[in-house]
Amino acid sequence: MAAFSTRRLSSYMVLGIPIAWIIIFMLVPYGVLLTYSFWVKKYPLFVPAFQFGNYITVFTDPQYLRVLLRTLKISALVSLASLLLAYPFAYFLVFRLKNQSLRVWLYMAVIAPLWVSYLLRAYTWKSILGTQGVLNSFLMSTGITTEPSTIFLYNQSAMVVTLTYIFIPFMVMPIYAALEKIPNNLSEASADLGMGPIRTFLRITLPLSLPGIVAGFTLTFCLSFGDFIAPFLVGGPDGLLVANVIVSQFGAALNWPLGSALSVVMLFIVLAIITASDRLERFGQQGH
Amino acid sequence: MASIIELNDIRKVYGGVIVGVDHVSMSVEDGEFVTLLGPSGCGKSTLLRMIGGFEQPTAGQIVLAGRDVTYEPPHKRDVNMVFQDYALFPHMTVGENISYGLRMMGLPRSETRSKAVEALDLVGLPEKIDQKPHELSGGQRQRIALARAIVRNPKVLLLDEPLSALDANLREQMQVELKHMHEKVGITFIMVTHDQTEALVMSDRVIVMEKGRVAQDGTPAELYDHPETPYVANFIGTTNFLPARVLSRDGGSVVVEAGGTRIIAEVGGALPEGEHIRIGIRPEKLHFAESGASGPGNTLEGRIEEQIYYGLGMRTVVRLAEGSTVLVDGLLPEAVARTTLPEIGSNVRLSIAPHNVRVFAAEN
Ligand SMILES: Nc1ncnc2c1ncn2[C@@H]1O[C@H](COP(=O)(O)OP(=O)(O)OP(=O)(O)O)[C@@H](O)[C@H]1O
Ligand SMILES: [Mg+2]
Repeated sequence: MAAFSTRRLSSYMVLGIPIAWIIIFMLVPYGVLLTYSFWVKKYPLFVPAFQFGNYITVFTDPQYLRVLLRTLKISALVSLASLLLAYPFAYFLVFRLKNQSLRVWLYMAVIAPLWVSYLLRAYTWKSILGTQGVLNSFLMSTGITTEPSTIFLYNQSAMVVTLTYIFIPFMVMPIYAALEKIPNNLSEASADLGMGPIRTFLRITLPLSLPGIVAGFTLTFCLSFGDFIAPFLVGGPDGLLVANVIVSQFGAALNWPLGSALSVVMLFIVLAIITASDRLERFGQQGH
Repeated sequence: MASIIELNDIRKVYGGVIVGVDHVSMSVEDGEFVTLLGPSGCGKSTLLRMIGGFEQPTAGQIVLAGRDVTYEPPHKRDVNMVFQDYALFPHMTVGENISYGLRMMGLPRSETRSKAVEALDLVGLPEKIDQKPHELSGGQRQRIALARAIVRNPKVLLLDEPLSALDANLREQMQVELKHMHEKVGITFIMVTHDQTEALVMSDRVIVMEKGRVAQDGTPAELYDHPETPYVANFIGTTNFLPARVLSRDGGSVVVEAGGTRIIAEVGGALPEGEHIRIGIRPEKLHFAESGASGPGNTLEGRIEEQIYYGLGMRTVVRLAEGSTVLVDGLLPEAVARTTLPEIGSNVRLSIAPHNVRVFAAEN
């Protein structure tokens, strides 16, 4: 009996620390955020209240709605671009590349930038796309353009390019893992049963790698959705994302209630996406 | 009968150095059940995979039903394969798995469905049509894999160690089932196994492979009774080998000195006198002779060293006078109590008929 309760005690302790951590550093801040989102701003302070004015502003003021939609669009484009680049790459690594060590090297080459500071990687693109950048020098030296162009930097496509570069490892990893799990003899069986390579890909490889695609899409989407550095560095005037607006609400605009409401909306969008992708992944995994 | 598939001098070299298959030629008749038998790494799977089109020969030619298919991709060949671990598509139901191969055959939907049902009936699992492969047992998956391959009615069905993933009892049952299936559907079967019993039980013809080459090709009885090399004699069943020297030869038989005595063997072919050779004797062809009596056959004398009871019979280890040991297998008839058998340590005489003594080249 004594042994039993000691064990109980120690298991409480083992679980206790992470639970306390989650409560103090996640649930409490979320609670604070949620509370603030119902308050009203009365210059220069915020007054406790329970009203939905901030949420109404978020969804009716075209200024905020536009930012929200733009963020969704940019995130979707980043995920899509990552998918289109990552899938063929991962496919090539897993199924076409016979050389084991070369495969590991190429895989690492894509993953390695994750160990480099985010800021540095974002800056890289600034220096590639800028007027003094690599791209402009190249175009000028080859004679395609005569003077440095400003069209590459400070716009939404620069943001998509930069974010895609930064987050693509999160697309490569799950897809690579999913493809690697597919037994080689499944595509052989498909060929054996009369299907050519394209049909085999569409009917066997693609559906079986769907969980990886969903995971990668979710990761890149959510990460881009919450990004506020790339817009800052390469985004330009029409490139603000939700996170930037939130930052300014808590900073210069000094409207914490509105910033909180925006954060809560953002949180729910991300949660909805994660839930949906979880469902999808489980649906895809039923066959395993 | 015409040959449905022919391999002409097939060679497969991996990466320029590893020889997987070496100068293999064979021909399989329509409707035959042929087994490729050999130890791990002898190139059985490689050969089968070349027939299936998953691997291309480095040299040689594969002719299927009169057409050269050597470099044809798998999806264009009229052969189907049952994979070792079945390779069922996990995201499809059993029914979808089976109809998968019918899609490209241009059949109307209704016919596809009815053919799939038919194939499932054939393997005795009609009620599983809407289940996923992971809901089935190993034996059931095996049957689905078989149904999926057979439903296309290929010219040749390839089976790569189809039963190796099953437990012993199920394996024996499936051996018989597969054989019946072969008789029923009339498709040519080429199977790969490293299990000699499986090969003997199931096949019309067995091709024994050794290091990428064909060691011997024949019916199970030919291989068992007339192995051409010690390798085959040892791989199929068990053989006692004794070093021997040719003393004289006389028409269809030869007298050799082996095991400390003179042994007569019935052989064809030339054997110079004094030549060092080996003789091979199957353990179950050796009999305990009545002491004193000397029959027309050969006799070997020795002492019983060990007895191993294995239910169906008894294996006895006998040390011959000149030092080597031989195994003797005997069934235990109902009437014989174990006490009446010669005991460990007692001297025995063994007899062997001349036509049961095989002659091989000496070990080098
Ligand atoms: N893809 C490959 N690359 C290099 N060598 C290979 C490859 N596949 C097979 N080999 C070699 O070819 C030889 C024959 O292999 P194979 O798979 O045909 O043997 P097997 O008779 O089927 O053996 P097992 O009973 O173990 O399946 C082996 O020496 C093996 O190492
Ligand atoms: Mg094999």
